[in-house]
Amino acid sequence: MTQLIQVEQLFRYYGDHCAVNNVTFTLEKGEILGFLGPNGAGKSSTMQMICGNLAPTSGQILINGIDMLDNPKEAKRELGYLPEIPPVYRELTVDEYLNYCGKLHQIPREKLPSAIDSAKDRCGLTDVGERLIGNLSKGYQQRVGIAQAILHSPSVIILDEPTVGLDPIQIREIRELIRELGKEHGIILSTHILPEVQESCTRVQIIHKGKLVLNDSIEGLEQQMRASSVVLETRQEADLMKLYAVDGVHKIDDLGERRYRIFHDKDKNPAERIAEAAVSLGWGLLELTPERRSMEEIFIDITQHTPVMEEQAA
Amino acid sequence: MMALVIAGRELRTLFLSPLAWSILGVIQIILGYMFLAQLDYYVMLQARIAGMEDAPGITDLIAVPLFGNAGVILLLVTPLLTMRLISEERRNRTLSLLFTAPVSMTEIIFGKYLGVFGFLLIMVAMIALMPLSLLAGGGLDMGKLAACVTALILLLAGFAAVGLYMSALASQPTIAAIGTFGALLLLWIIDWTGNSAGGVLEYLSLLRHYESLLKGLVSTTDLVYFLLFTLTFLVLSVHRLDNDRLQK
Repeated sequence: MTQLIQVEQLFRYYGDHCAVNNVTFTLEKGEILGFLGPNGAGKSSTMQMICGNLAPTSGQILINGIDMLDNPKEAKRELGYLPEIPPVYRELTVDEYLNYCGKLHQIPREKLPSAIDSAKDRCGLTDVGERLIGNLSKGYQQRVGIAQAILHSPSVIILDEPTVGLDPIQIREIRELIRELGKEHGIILSTHILPEVQESCTRVQIIHKGKLVLNDSIEGLEQQMRASSVVLETRQEADLMKLYAVDGVHKIDDLGERRYRIFHDKDKNPAERIAEAAVSLGWGLLELTPERRSMEEIFIDITQHTPVMEEQAA
Repeated sequence: MMALVIAGRELRTLFLSPLAWSILGVIQIILGYMFLAQLDYYVMLQARIAGMEDAPGITDLIAVPLFGNAGVILLLVTPLLTMRLISEERRNRTLSLLFTAPVSMTEIIFGKYLGVFGFLLIMVAMIALMPLSLLAGGGLDMGKLAACVTALILLLAGFAAVGLYMSALASQPTIAAIGTFGALLLLWIIDWTGNSAGGVLEYLSLLRHYESLLKGLVSTTDLVYFLLFTLTFLVLSVHRLDNDRLQK
């Protein structure tokens, strides 16, 4: 597969403050990369650097094999970027604006009308082509911003919080659009909304205090989310010693009222044997539920516990 | 090529706002009034100077003062035209559109500059129409008129470059306008100190070079002065804009 983006050892300092600290990753064709992180984690700085809007302190950025720092003009041809605030001129109409963007990206004159039409069509802007961007609602302005980013069908599309300010129907449409675009392009998507990542992305990266703390495929993340505990409820008191004897069980918390949380190995699910034990010993099995960790918990886990570990290490 | 795309949008946007139209209108009215006043003065004077040998002609008495006044008035007006060029894009966060497009910093600055300069050229053309209307009733010294037009174009090229630089520097359009106005006025009057500082200040003065061109003396010194002046501020603007990307 071709590597659309290759970022290597990227650093960015603002004075003494290190906003992006040794970030390295790649993006391949057909991937939709979800970029997560709390506010001020360095998401936007990283994206701005990939798009050539901000110069890195050190490090290398290759877009489709072209060095962004040595050869910015060629590299930028392959890029479509929607910043946090859509860069639209309020005094132009949607058509005029897209026409200008197309010319800026050097779309040949004969292909420009069809490119504009298809971008408008994909972003649901067909009806508002004649209207002034300043008179459109926030959601529509956001769509104009997305249309601008996909207009010249770049191989890499970078979207910084694309669904902010949209209504639920629009959000669904935009997610649909992102998934569709992801088939032919490489996409980086930054967002605060965790379910959005689960729904549209194929890979997840979490950045915290300038460092990449997680880089995993969505399947890998699901793995992490999978239960490492089950909840058991019985009519009679359960014999904890018997439960500990079950293969793979680490620890049992008594939750009171004959409810127990049983922690176990990730790869060995003891539920079947717990059920057998409960039935054969006549405890009266009432409930046996595997617990799932939500994406949110993983996110909070990573972003709140990692620095503590770092400090201990340092 | 890309600079022209940016220049085209810049010029278009200027005419989409009432600012450009009102500036064109107001300037035309004021200069038109001055032109007519000058014409009156000439008619009054005509009888007296008719017998003189080597008398000042109609171009000297009407066109030269008109262009002199135009220089002063445009010193007040150019900052209003240039203030929004970059500072407003920075405020509205639209600069990232240009930064992400395959366009170099130089092309961005050059495009912005050409856009506003194109507008100023329209203004010069409209001002030049006034003395040209005299052709209906008499002859003009075309050489002198050409020198006046060249002088005004060069002067405005310098004004626009300073304005663009100030706009790249400031975070708010109004501050860019005040800055441009201050810088231009200072350069206009910088030789008022008299002889004490020697020739340097005199050389720096915009007014000196402008007046010497208006007299019809198209000397290389003045041409080079204006070209260097414009180029300096354009290069400074490119560097300032690049700083947005580098921001320490």
